[in-house]
Amino acid sequence: MRSVWEDSNRLVLSALTLLLTLGLCVMILAPLVQILAQSFFDATHRFVFLDNFIDYLSQEKSLRLIRNSLFVALTSTLIVVPSAFGFAYALMRSRMPLKPFFRYVAFLPLLAPSLLPAISFVYLFGHQGFFKPWMGGSTIYGAWGIVLGECFYVFPHIVMIFLSALSLSDARLYEAAQSMGASSLKKFFTITLPALKYALVSATLVSFTLVVTDFGVPKVIGGDFNVLATEIYKHVIGQQNFALGATVGVLLLVPSVVTFIVDSFVQRKQKAVLGSKFVLYVPQKAPIFDTAMLIFALVIALFFLIVLGVSFFASFVKFWPYDLSLVLKHYDFSSMDGGGWDSYFNSLSLAFWSALLGTIAVFTTAYVVERGKVFPHLRAFLKLLALLPMAVPGLVLGLGYIFFFNHPDNPLNALYQTMGILVVCTVAHFFTASFITATTTIKQIDDEFEDVAESMGVACYETFFKVIVPIATPSILHIARYFFVNAMTTVSAVVFLYAPSTTLASVAVLNMDDAGDISSAAAMASVIVATSLVITLAFDMLSHVALKQSQQWRKAR
Amino acid sequence: MVLKKSILAVTGLMLATHMFAAKESITVYTALESDQVKPYLEAFKKAQPDIEVKIVRDSTGIITAKLLAEKENPQADVVWGTAATSLVLLEQNGMLEPYAPAALKHIDAKFKDTKTPPAWVGNDVWGSAICVNEVEAKKQNLPIPTSWEDLTNPVYKGKIVMPNPASSGTGFLDVTAWLKIFGEQKGWEYMDKLHDNIGQYTHSGSKPCKMAASGEFPIGISFEYRAAKSKKEGAPIAVVFPKEGLGWDLEATAIMKGTKNLKTAKTFVDWATGEDANKLYAENFAVVAYQGLSKPIEFIPSNYASMLIDNDFAWSAKNRESILKEWSKRYESKSEPKK
Repeated sequence: MRSVWEDSNRLVLSALTLLLTLGLCVMILAPLVQILAQSFFDATHRFVFLDNFIDYLSQEKSLRLIRNSLFVALTSTLIVVPSAFGFAYALMRSRMPLKPFFRYVAFLPLLAPSLLPAISFVYLFGHQGFFKPWMGGSTIYGAWGIVLGECFYVFPHIVMIFLSALSLSDARLYEAAQSMGASSLKKFFTITLPALKYALVSATLVSFTLVVTDFGVPKVIGGDFNVLATEIYKHVIGQQNFALGATVGVLLLVPSVVTFIVDSFVQRKQKAVLGSKFVLYVPQKAPIFDTAMLIFALVIALFFLIVLGVSFFASFVKFWPYDLSLVLKHYDFSSMDGGGWDSYFNSLSLAFWSALLGTIAVFTTAYVVERGKVFPHLRAFLKLLALLPMAVPGLVLGLGYIFFFNHPDNPLNALYQTMGILVVCTVAHFFTASFITATTTIKQIDDEFEDVAESMGVACYETFFKVIVPIATPSILHIARYFFVNAMTTVSAVVFLYAPSTTLASVAVLNMDDAGDISSAAAMASVIVATSLVITLAFDMLSHVALKQSQQWRKAR
Repeated sequence: MVLKKSILAVTGLMLATHMFAAKESITVYTALESDQVKPYLEAFKKAQPDIEVKIVRDSTGIITAKLLAEKENPQADVVWGTAATSLVLLEQNGMLEPYAPAALKHIDAKFKDTKTPPAWVGNDVWGSAICVNEVEAKKQNLPIPTSWEDLTNPVYKGKIVMPNPASSGTGFLDVTAWLKIFGEQKGWEYMDKLHDNIGQYTHSGSKPCKMAASGEFPIGISFEYRAAKSKKEGAPIAVVFPKEGLGWDLEATAIMKGTKNLKTAKTFVDWATGEDANKLYAENFAVVAYQGLSKPIEFIPSNYASMLIDNDFAWSAKNRESILKEWSKRYESKSEPKK
């Protein structure tokens, strides 16, 4: 009896592993290979193998660009990882007031198209900005502007990783430490941090790669401070030189490969924290600590609110900075770039499908990779595929999609020019961060659950739907929300893929700003932020209900 | 699995809706400003009510990159109102279908491809212009420049923004114009001096004028349509046309090779290069390709046409890479951000 169950479980898992690998190959690998292969050809399509790389790296300029990219990525990471950790820690481990408020504020940057902070920074710190008199002649355009913008942009991604890791800490360990008389500091260093090792490494790598590959922030606020990601923009959009664009794209893949190697190394040392006897940690009152955490959270929240508020304000101003009277006309998008309100509804539909299909794809992939038990090498490969998209600049991914999906011999050709391809591309583009969240969660669920289930002759999908999914519900809802809000704001990949009937609000923001209609761009961006905020609230209500329904057992003891 | 099934379902739905589309329809890629596209298309609809035009509109760089990436299986039937330099690039890739539109003999010889039949035909001219913020100029005691040479005056140190020629077509046409006006050697010497005054090289061609309009930098080297539009919207700027001459490019139209709708595409191009369409272009641009239709435009001097330099699109296209390499060597390598 038992072996029959084992066999059918293996069959289901094998089929699933194969299907997911095939799916990710189509969504991620094939388009990438198509575009990256270009880096081995010159402008006249002659095969030159590594000449492009040798050529590129031998220029004095390239080394400076690499140095610049490393500088902003390292600086941003050094700022963002500790502050995001502090923020997540304050939310999970202190009893500061206003927690729900801070939770929303932490995710605000995720809701905003990347142009929005750029518009705000110029209004705040530019030559005509509010804070100009206090800036002492220094300028926002350049390395520090990029670092500031990247910190804003990366923060929620990193908070998400820490929140999900911190939410699964076992109270029993702290109780034991307490009874042995350990100080809070000692508990932090011997229990909290070791349990978070994996999350810390992930957070650092995610932050580093996100900054290195982002071109939105450096493009608008970087001034003459060029980085590798903007170099791709110059080659591809400015000069239509795909070969050189792809060459730089390959260089940007290096961090992702490093992520994979480091990650698999750390993984071996990671042990499940959430056992079947798990008890949820509930923080104790600690007035001094709570106040300190509150002040820290307030400073960050204030910064985020100001950045968003300025753009929101700007969307009503008649002509910045010379005519500050307030008008509503910028919300009439009919004569503007990008398809107006139609684009907005297209974006909603893209966000809905990406959230639905993306969450299913990501969570199943993470589960198979972590608990699949079959085809160990294939699963390692699947994991590499899942980690790859983070390192791929959207521009490169988008072009790869054209080359791959628009090829006349591709049977998936019918997808081209439809909402379908936008959904697939968006899911692929934002796969990695959600995948890491899902993996972190699944890792922390004790595999005793599966062992027990299997010995009782329960089918693996039953364990999956009745045990794993309910435990992971908060994390699954995080992922769905993450896909939704990113689909609302994404530009870089989809800008090449939208068709006349599938124009998008996020692209409209970019185009309106490009056409000089900054106020309308700010207005559309504000509409996007408001929508995502409503959706976030809805998700949280869902999450609340789900928690009540499915996480009872946590309190049961 | 679920993912794939659902995608197929979505795709099926979309295909189904496609089948009910009008019987004659073409896909047109354009880099025209969208506030221009709307009235143009309404006019076309009046002339040809049975043809549905599906528009993909984006910036010149995106449209060109998209067209090149789709080379194996072109989605566009027509490229309309897109930089002639881009169309030359497409032609070099063998992607254009030569066609002599009905009104060809009325088109100024300077504003079309030299071959017969031409691979592309121009619509209107867009050229360099300088936006100067008058409020800021007064505040910072800056004289209003009247020539390219004036911009090298040390009083403007750090006050000027211009598009980076490596990422913007507008930036590139300025650089080629200076090389033409001053000659190769003097041209680079001029840019050396100008570089000392540049506060920032931007990625897009309209950004410098926008920055000037909002006073972020007092002077922006941009192009005349953006300048006139900003001024009309109430920006306190003076639009300066440097007296040495103006670099320019064309917004031009061509048929994509391999289009499945060649007849409809020809109908559209006949209209887009014809008298009625050119009359509409003349509302927005001081110089249009159809002879005798150009008329004065607000904020643009009446002698605008005579200020345009002699352009050689083939020369620009051929030397683009070497010019950009030289430019980048001179100004990007040594330009660590100014503190």
